[in-house]
Amino acid sequence: MAPIFAYIVHKGGVAADSALELAAAARKIDPAASPTAILTGWGADLDAASNALGASYPEVWKIANEALAYPNAELIRKALQKVLPSNSIVLVAHEHFGIDLAPGLSVKTNSALVTDVLDIAGVDGASLKVVRQEFGGQVSAHVRCDISSGAVITIRPGAFKPLEGTPIRGGVIDKSSDIGALTAGRRYLETIVAEAGDVDITKFNVLVSIGRGIQEKDNVAIAQELADALGAAVSCSRPVVDAKWMEKSRQVGSSGKTVKPKVYLACGISGSFQHLAGIKGSPFLIAINKNPKAPIFQVADVGIVDDILEFLPELTNKVRELRHVA
Amino acid sequence: MEILVCARRVPDTSENEIQLNSAGNDIERDELVYSINEADNYAVEEALQIVARVGGTVTVATVGGEDDEEILRREMAMGANHGVLITDEAFIGSDGRGIATILKGFVQRGKYDLILTGIQAEDGGAQVGGMLAALLDYPFASLVNSIEVLDGKKLKVSREIEGGNKEINEIDLPCVLSIQTGINEPRYVGMKGIRQVASLPIPTCGAADLGVDASAVGETGAKVKRVDYFVPALGKGAEILHGGREENVDKVLELVTAKGGLK
Repeated sequence: MAPIFAYIVHKGGVAADSALELAAAARKIDPAASPTAILTGWGADLDAASNALGASYPEVWKIANEALAYPNAELIRKALQKVLPSNSIVLVAHEHFGIDLAPGLSVKTNSALVTDVLDIAGVDGASLKVVRQEFGGQVSAHVRCDISSGAVITIRPGAFKPLEGTPIRGGVIDKSSDIGALTAGRRYLETIVAEAGDVDITKFNVLVSIGRGIQEKDNVAIAQELADALGAAVSCSRPVVDAKWMEKSRQVGSSGKTVKPKVYLACGISGSFQHLAGIKGSPFLIAINKNPKAPIFQVADVGIVDDILEFLPELTNKVRELRHVA
Repeated sequence: MEILVCARRVPDTSENEIQLNSAGNDIERDELVYSINEADNYAVEEALQIVARVGGTVTVATVGGEDDEEILRREMAMGANHGVLITDEAFIGSDGRGIATILKGFVQRGKYDLILTGIQAEDGGAQVGGMLAALLDYPFASLVNSIEVLDGKKLKVSREIEGGNKEINEIDLPCVLSIQTGINEPRYVGMKGIRQVASLPIPTCGAADLGVDASAVGETGAKVKRVDYFVPALGKGAEILHGGREENVDKVLELVTAKGGLK
């Protein structure tokens, strides 16, 4: 079996949560695998993250270079090309950095690319079978990948459970001298932190969250009326922000806010994994969606197959009646 | 600025319930509504807006078959100057690397300053843009949610990173960018606009025209192949309320009150 490497994203001296998930994915590809973690960066942050990862990886390679102080996928790709053995299997988390890195790395190492993998279905010689999702999670697919000349595989965050076990004492190997000078056609300038917005959706016990099913901007008022009656806030999924029906600060998901309400009313939301990644603390999840096949019904506690444009106004009336009586 | 947008026609998930066919080897395609991949449409709009600011032309290309012509016409109705159908039997069954290889052949036949793709297709995995860039040795940025033309040699682009934050980069031209949805507000295309471009010829080109080695693409060249589609066995799943609407409204109100409390 080819050697397995996990490229680990880290920040402020701490490895991303996905580090342990990648180790679990490596073991699922090959139970006998001795996966190597690779980190790039500069200074004390890199050292701290590398040393800590020795507890979960048998071997840790670190590449220190001032040009890598901020993770630029093009520079990191060039660094990895210098150190990776041919035929390696490289795992990286399927988030904004992995999406930037993986396609180019697979081309330059002439290896197969499989992205956003949820599970490993098995290995048969040089053929790796994995599970992906398509069409917003409405269906899954088995995908076969020829790994005879290596592979780059991006792993969906949260899809692999970290393995339990006693910490190991993997050594850190410094590969910095193998790299040489690095230049790229893309240069990092700065990070702009998201604006706060008018309503802080992270502070509410109940969220009325709307998705594409709200259909048009004028209909947002239907959700707002319900939220007002409940003392809740309106949040939303990505398509609502893309369509400019609500501000970005209202978006729940991996590219939006992380919320921890007690009750989450998912209204006309299909339930993509990027959206679900923003819902923490296991709230009671009620899903209302016209499409009985919507993936949101797989994770909701209670589901109603109905049109939110008709259902929500009736619910609002009922809440107002109740309040009036009380 | 000469801009190429690589686009695809896909089943529209906002219009369809995607289901398995009876053989279980594909999705049921008979009554699907197809449209341009959503992120690709944002890419075309972005290209049109850049050209409106700095001049140039927009070409939209797709790798596919006759049926895919409709999205080229749609994007031409939006304002794209040219549509090209890249088609060859040898291309059928290509994986991401294969499509990127075909597009590389197309790019090298022309002269483009900027190449845009959508971040991801509904049935894809955010692969082709980054692979095309690496094959061409062009710089690449993914998840792009704003573009500013600095001069004829470089752009300032913003990438969408975690928590709604933006990563600002400078990138040299020519380059490849994969465009995130929401970067702009794509203009509306009416029936009238579509009719106006209905009879324009759409040029096609194949493997020989592009100098693409047919064995490196298509089914034979693919290292990655979809075996089947399936619907995973559900975990617990939601308890579906089967009552009438009024009953369901009462039940939801009861649950919200019990689990979250009215404020």
